[in-house]
Formats: sequence, structure tokens, C-alpha cells
Amino acid sequence: MSGSTIIFYMLAALTLVSGVLAVTTRQIFRAAIFLLFSLIGIAGLFFWMQYEFIAAVQIVVYVGGITVLIIFSIFLTQQAGDLLPKQKIGRQLFSAMAAFCGFALTMVQLYQHSFTQTTDQPTAPTVTNIGNQMLGVEDSGFALPFEVVSILLLAAMIGCIVIALRSKPAVA
Amino acid sequence: MMEPGLYHLLFISAALFFIGVFGFFTRRNLITMLMSIELVLNSVNLNFIAFNKYLWPNRLDGLFFSIFVIAIAAAEAAVAIAIIINLYRSHQSIDVENAEEMKF
Repeated sequence: MSGSTIIFYMLAALTLVSGVLAVTTRQIFRAAIFLLFSLIGIAGLFFWMQYEFIAAVQIVVYVGGITVLIIFSIFLTQQAGDLLPKQKIGRQLFSAMAAFCGFALTMVQLYQHSFTQTTDQPTAPTVTNIGNQMLGVEDSGFALPFEVVSILLLAAMIGCIVIALRSKPAVA
Repeated sequence: MMEPGLYHLLFISAALFFIGVFGFFTRRNLITMLMSIELVLNSVNLNFIAFNKYLWPNRLDGLFFSIFVIAIAAAEAAVAIAIIINLYRSHQSIDVENAEEMKF
């Protein structure tokens, strides 16, 4: 068993265990911290697959951005030390069964399917290749989706400001 | 233990997806529901990257899809939190059971 395998299983365990804890703990702040560790585990898996750029993006956007946003909104909306209310056991049971059945179905389908791998020469996921293809307008370029996502981010930014703005009392 | 490959990554991704689905079903607090959605989106990213690495390493399409998924997830989280904070101002609560004026 090589070191790479050991690291893979450790990252997988980190991701899954903190994912489970993030959706089951009754303290909302701890849920946010477990979510953070789960996202770090996924970033580690990206590093393990040697997709360094996407791992860095994952850490910057998710760990540095979204989790901090979630923690701030917890501070703004929750009383410190409050536990989340206990859920009905029936609902938990049904949800667990639905999730488990879906998971079992997916895994059965997955192991019955055999994937065919391409034999072409691999393209290294380096920043140069990513940048060239991201802004390329040729056959495999992603310039149009890039622009569309830019517009979407602008719209989301303006939308957030408009929604979260405290409305002034109407002027008489 | 086996050498990890595509199936291991797909197992992790599927497990994380259904952990997120479980959280979405059981949680009744809007922020924790948002966290479950983040888990689901992350499992999708992991899937894209795994397929890109193990099946089609000649193209970078999976990587680009996950970059766009991350961008859209960031926008979605920001808008959702703006809505949650606005809802908290008007209802003093972010429980989904308390926000049902438009239910009927």
C-alpha cells in the first residue's frame, strides 16, 4: 500500500465523516465548521488528482468565501448557544431511507456499467492550457460561457444589494 | 485495500450527494439547508473532475464545467444569504415552517 493510497483514504474519510456531521449536528456553528472541513477534504482530493488549479479555486471560493459568508449569516440570525430543534424521528427515518435507497440504486447502476477510456494523448491541466481554452473562441473555447457567467455574477451582486438593502420609510 | 481509481471517487461523490440530500430533507433551518446544497454541488464538482481525469484526460471540459459550477454556486449562496437575512428582518426567524405566507 503506497503513501498515495493512504492519503486518498484519509481524505475520503475526512470528507465523508465531516459531511455526515455537518448535516446531523444540532449546533449550527459546528455544522458550519464541519462543512468547512468537508470542503477542505474535497480540495485535498482535487490536489490528490493533480488538478491543482481547481483545488486552489475550491479553497479560495468555498473555504475562504462561502463558508465565511455562512458563518457571518449565522452570527446575524442565531442566538449564541441555541440548539436546533429536534426533528421528528419519522421524518429522519424517511429521509435516511430515501437517501440510502438513492445511494444504493446509484451504486448498483455504477458497478454494472463499464466505462470506456479514451486513448488520446492527455492534456495537462496546467494554468496555461486552462487560460488558453477559457478565453479561446475556437472549437473548444469557453469564451461565451465565461462572458455569460460574468453577467450572471454581476446580476447576482446587484440582486444581493437590492434584496439586503434596508428599505427606507416612505417619504411623505 | 485496493488502489483508488475512478470507482472510489464516484463512490465518495455519490455518498456526499446523498448526505446532502439527507440534510436537505431533515433540516428545517434555512442556513443549514443552504449548507446541504453546497455539499451536493461539491459532490457534482468531484464527479466532473474524476471523469475528466480518468476517462477523458485529452480534454479539459470537466474542469471547465466545475469552474462554472463553482461560480454559479458562489452567486447562489450570496443571493440565498441576502434573502435569508431579509427574511430574518421581517419574521425574526429563519425556520422554513414560519415562512409560509405564500403557501396557499
